[in-house]
Amino acid sequence: MRGSVAWIRFAVVAGFVLGLEIACRAGWINARTMIAPSEMALSLAGIMADGEIYASLSMTVLTILGAYAISVTLGTVLGLLIHRYDVLRRATAPILAAWYAIPSFAFYPLFIVLLGFGRPALVALGVKLAIVSMIAATIDGLDKERRVFDKVARIAQLGALARIRLITLPAALPHLMTGLKLAFVYSFIGVVAGEFILSTAGLGYEIAYAYDNYDTTRMYGLILLTCVIAALINSCFRFYERRLPGGGVR
Amino acid sequence: MTSVAALRPKVVAASVHAELLGVSKTFPGSGGQGPVTALDGLDISLRKGEFFSVVGPSGCGKSTLLDLLAGLSAPSQGRARFEGQDISGTVPPGIGVVFQEDASFPWLTVSDNIAFTLRRTGTDPAEIQRRVDYAIGFMGLRGFEKAYPAQLSGGMRQRVCIGRTLVMQPRFILMDEPFGALDQQTRLLMGDELLRLWRETGATVFFITHALDEANLLSDRIGVMSARPGRIIDTIETGWPRERDSRLAERGEFGQLTARLWSLLREESRIALGMTK
Repeated sequence: MRGSVAWIRFAVVAGFVLGLEIACRAGWINARTMIAPSEMALSLAGIMADGEIYASLSMTVLTILGAYAISVTLGTVLGLLIHRYDVLRRATAPILAAWYAIPSFAFYPLFIVLLGFGRPALVALGVKLAIVSMIAATIDGLDKERRVFDKVARIAQLGALARIRLITLPAALPHLMTGLKLAFVYSFIGVVAGEFILSTAGLGYEIAYAYDNYDTTRMYGLILLTCVIAALINSCFRFYERRLPGGGVR
Repeated sequence: MTSVAALRPKVVAASVHAELLGVSKTFPGSGGQGPVTALDGLDISLRKGEFFSVVGPSGCGKSTLLDLLAGLSAPSQGRARFEGQDISGTVPPGIGVVFQEDASFPWLTVSDNIAFTLRRTGTDPAEIQRRVDYAIGFMGLRGFEKAYPAQLSGGMRQRVCIGRTLVMQPRFILMDEPFGALDQQTRLLMGDELLRLWRETGATVFFITHALDEANLLSDRIGVMSARPGRIIDTIETGWPRERDSRLAERGEFGQLTARLWSLLREESRIALGMTK
């Protein structure tokens, strides 16, 4: 079953890439609009061989990691507090619900005014996008702990800390994992898109620079690089998710 | 100086294992509702080593009664006692509880689930292993030691939970409709297993059920509860032999006793459902 699912998934992606390749090679798609996937791959190989990109790349990755670390830490703590105190939950519920309806990038100029043109404004943008998914996942995970576990904990005479370690956290883990995954995706989008809009360095900036200079080949090579990084990290999350004890069922 | 009066509490302590004396339990109101009195002036006394079931209309406070007896909650009035000691909102050692809901931990294997509570007691690892191994055999879970609950049927998961209680070697086992989610055949067979467990451990069992035939089959005595606020309106001695199983149901007296339970319960159930004038 899992084998056939993997094959279908592969066939969908391969079919899409192949179709694009044919459309580009046959001239159905203008070469100035889009280049063939094989050319993207060659462009990426050239960019990586050239090595000039590594400085931008590492800067972007570090910024993403910074935004991610803050989102996860702060998001978990806030999630715990909101779960624990009903008054906080009622106070924050409409804010959290409306959070993603607010266009985050509208805040970017404000972040620049407050934090300057450097990395901190990009980190702030990443955090603005990512933190709520971590808060929501934490609350969700804690809410879903079955009430009967509380009784089991009391029969087992567990103290508060032992209870968190042995029951609360493992019960919430699959939900936290969803939060960890989403928070990363949002941090990634926030930082790269921020660099694209207004920055003087980083992967997003490199893409914008190639775009502004009509360097379509380099632009697609860099876009492919972004996709590859996102796919690799997503695969890592999936790998660990599958290995959660109990298959991640709660 | 040893008077008869001085001896009496000891005699009582030897036969009475757990009891509630004049117990009431009121829950504070919420969401615009006033306070709810779940139990009112309830007395119940369990003899050491007996199998005692409670039947009653839905919402009569059966689970509240179990929580009080287990020390999971404290009575608003009256006293809860276990082995001659007052308990109040703390679960004393020697008590094991099996719930209606699946209480197995999805992130632990069958073995680790069964060992969970025992591991918290500082028991020697070899002894833990021995008891877990015994429980796995006893509960018919051999071959599933490394399986996770999601891979098991509802009946097997409940057996895991019973196993987790069993390894603690409790002297008093409380069960809240443990077979409520199972089909009739599985239920009957689980009942047989439970009787076997009860005979082997010699524990006192307090069993809540809404199935009259199940109460009849398993019990030495059956307490019949009134509609809310719950009281025990009658206690019936079944008189079944200690060596018994689900084949009891073939006997004529079995049907008569179930019918008697229903006649006691019918009016209370009508009250609970608001069907009386």
